[in-house]
Amino acid sequence: MAVLRITDATRSFGSVAALRGVSLELHEGELLGLLGPNGAGKTTLIRAIAGRTRLDSGTIELFGRVLTGTGGRDALGVVPQEVALYPLLTAHENLAAFGSLHGLSGAELKQQVAWALEWTGLAERATALLKTFSGGMKRRLNIACGVLHKPKVVLLDEPTVGVDPQSRERIYDMLEILRKNGASLLLTTHHLEEVEAHCERVAIVDHGRIIAGGSVSELVASTVGVGRRVRVRVDRAPLAPLAGFEQDGEPTVLIGAVNDVVTGLPALLGRVAAAGLHVEDVDVRRPSLQSVFLHLTGKELRE
Amino acid sequence: MIATLLRVWSRSLRRDRVALAMTFILPIAFFSIFASVFGRQGFQATSRVRVLVVDENRSEASRSLIAALSREGGLRVMEQYRPHGAAKNAPEVPLDRARAEELVKSGEAPVALIVPAGFDTALSRMSGAVDLLEDPADPVAPQMVTGLLQKAVLTALPDRFAKLGFDMFQQYAGDFTPEQKHKLDAWLPQVRHYGSARDSAPANAAGTSGGGMSGFIQVRPAEVVGDRKENGMVSFYAAGMAVMFLLFSASAAGGSLLEELETGTLDRVLGSRLGMTRLLLGKWLYVMLLGSLQLTVMFLWGMFVFHLDLVHHIPGFVVMTLVTTAATAGFGMVLATACRTRAQLSSIATIIILCSSAIGGSMFPRFLMSESMQRIGLVTFNAWALDGFIKVFWRDAAIVQLLPQVGVLLAFATVFLIVSRLLARRWEAA
Repeated sequence: MAVLRITDATRSFGSVAALRGVSLELHEGELLGLLGPNGAGKTTLIRAIAGRTRLDSGTIELFGRVLTGTGGRDALGVVPQEVALYPLLTAHENLAAFGSLHGLSGAELKQQVAWALEWTGLAERATALLKTFSGGMKRRLNIACGVLHKPKVVLLDEPTVGVDPQSRERIYDMLEILRKNGASLLLTTHHLEEVEAHCERVAIVDHGRIIAGGSVSELVASTVGVGRRVRVRVDRAPLAPLAGFEQDGEPTVLIGAVNDVVTGLPALLGRVAAAGLHVEDVDVRRPSLQSVFLHLTGKELRE
Repeated sequence: MIATLLRVWSRSLRRDRVALAMTFILPIAFFSIFASVFGRQGFQATSRVRVLVVDENRSEASRSLIAALSREGGLRVMEQYRPHGAAKNAPEVPLDRARAEELVKSGEAPVALIVPAGFDTALSRMSGAVDLLEDPADPVAPQMVTGLLQKAVLTALPDRFAKLGFDMFQQYAGDFTPEQKHKLDAWLPQVRHYGSARDSAPANAAGTSGGGMSGFIQVRPAEVVGDRKENGMVSFYAAGMAVMFLLFSASAAGGSLLEELETGTLDRVLGSRLGMTRLLLGKWLYVMLLGSLQLTVMFLWGMFVFHLDLVHHIPGFVVMTLVTTAATAGFGMVLATACRTRAQLSSIATIIILCSSAIGGSMFPRFLMSESMQRIGLVTFNAWALDGFIKVFWRDAAIVQLLPQVGVLLAFATVFLIVSRLLARRWEAA
C-alpha cells in the first residue's frame, strides 16, 4: 500500500526545471532511498512533499488524501539537510520546543521528549547546550526533532551528511527502530553503500525525472547485469583489443565480466595469457549500486 | 598581492548593489538630514519662540515693552488666542493670566509673560517686575525670552531709565539748574525715539538674548507644570535614547529571524503547525515585551541614579511603553521581512533609525528645531513616542490626553504588522 504517492510533479525556477514530471510511491513500512547527483531535484521534491515548495503541476497524496497548500501534514515528519536547531538551547529544550510546535503538550510532550533522548542516546546530555555537541550528536537530535510527534511518514534529507561512519550506523539503527514502530521512510543520501545496506527500494532521480526504480538487485539486473566485474592489471598494454575486455583509462588495466566466477574467470584469464601478457593483479566484484548509478547518469555520486 | 586583494574586494562591492549604494548614499543621507536638523537651515527658523503675553498693567510703559518684544525677530508674541476647537475664522480673544497658564501647561506655548498691574509705577522706582510662566519641557525658550525682555526694556523705555538716572543723581548730588532741567526734558523724547529706531533694525535673537543686560526689570519665573521637574531633561533623554535603542533592538530581533532563515530553523518552524501569521505575531510580541523590559530598566535607572520621578507617572509610563514598543517591534518585523540578508538589514536599519531619531527628536529636542522640521518629524514614531513621554513626565497628562500619541503609535504598529505579513509571503511555500 502506498502511503505517499507523487504523480507527475513539475516545478521550475525561472528557466530551470527542477522537477519534470516526477512520479514516486512510498510503501507502508519501507525505507526508500532517493538517489541523484547534485541538482537532480531531490531537495525540491522533499520540500514539495513537506509543503515548503509549491508544485507547478502534479499531485501529492498522503494516505490517499491529496495535499493542497501547506496544511494537512500532521502525519508527516521532516528532517532537513541542515542542523535546523537552536544552538543556545539544550537538547531537552530543543526537543520540547519542536514537540510543542508540532502540537504536543503536557504529559505526551514530556513522554516523547524522554523517549527521544533515550532513542538518540543523548539522555545524559539532555541539559547540555546544542552548541557543545559533536556533529553526529547534532544530527541525531536533528532527526529526533522531526519525528517527535510520531509521524507515519518521515522525509529525511541527507540525514547522515558530514558524520563519521560510526555515527552513520547509529543513525540507521535509529531509523530501523522508527520503521519497527510503523513509520515509512523516504531518505536522500549520497552514500550508495548505505542505500545498498539499508533500503529495500531505490529511486534514482536525474535532471528532474525518476530514471530508475526498484530494489538494488532489480536495478542491477536491469542496467549493468548480474555478472561479476573483473579488473585485471597486466604488465604491459596489449597490442590489440582482447575479446571480452574493455580498457579502463589506464592502458594496463582490462575490465571484463563473468556470470559464473568458477567457470568464467579461468577462461577470461586464459585469453590474457594467450595474448602474451602477464597478469599482475585480479579484482572480482559483484555489480553495485555505484555501477548502476554510473551507468544511468554517467556521473559519480559525490557529496 | 595587495593589488589582487584590492581587485577582489572592489569587485565584490561592485556586485553587491545594495552595499554599493549604501557606501555612497549613507553619508550623503546623514549629512543632509543632520545639516537640516542641526545646521543653519534648522536654527534660523528655530528662534521664533512663541510667547503668550498678558498685559495686566495696560500702561504706556507696558504697551511699549510688548511692542518692543513683538519687534524681536526671535519671538512670536501672542496677546490673543483662538479657543481650542473654535472655527478658523472665529475671532481671537485676549489672554488672561489663567488662560495663559493653562496654555503653557498644555504645551501650546513654551512660555507666557505676565506684565502685572502696577508695573509702570514699580518701574519708576527701579523695581519693575514681570512674571514668566515656563514650561520645563523647553528649557531654552524662557532663557531666550528673559534675555530679549531685558533688551526690550532698555530699547523700549530708554527715556525712563535716563530719567531714573537723573532723579538718582539729584537725590545724591543735588538738583539740576532750571536750564539743565529744561534741556533734559527736551532731550528725553529723543532718547525714546533713538531707542525705538535702533530696535526696529533686524535683531539676531540668538546672538543678543540676555546680552549681559540683565537686571533692568526683575523676572519672576514660575514653572507651571509642577515643581518636580528639576531633572526634566533626564526624562527627555531617557525617553529619547530609549526609543532609539528600542529601534536598534527591534532591528536586531529582525536580524535573528533572517539568521533562523539562513540556518533552516525558520523553514522547520514553518513546516510545523505554527504558520507564518502566528510566527510573526510571536516574534513581534517577544520583541515588544523585551523592549518594554528595556524601557523599564532604563527608567528605573533614571529614577535611582538621576531622581527621575517614575513613581508618580506609572500608568502613563506603562501605556506609553506598551504602544511605543508595539510600534518599534512592528518596525523590526518590517525590516526583517523586507531585507534579503542581515548585511542589508544592518545598513538599512542604521539609516532609518539614525534619521528618524534625528528628525524625531531622540538626539536633539524637536522644540529647538524649526517649525517645518517639527512638522516633518511627525512622520517618525520617535516624535510621537517622545511627545507622549513628555506629556506623561512633564505635563502630568492624564491617560486620556495621551490618545493622539497612543492612536498614532498603534496605527504605526498595525501598519507595520500588515506590511511585514505581506512581505513574509515570500518565506511561505515558494
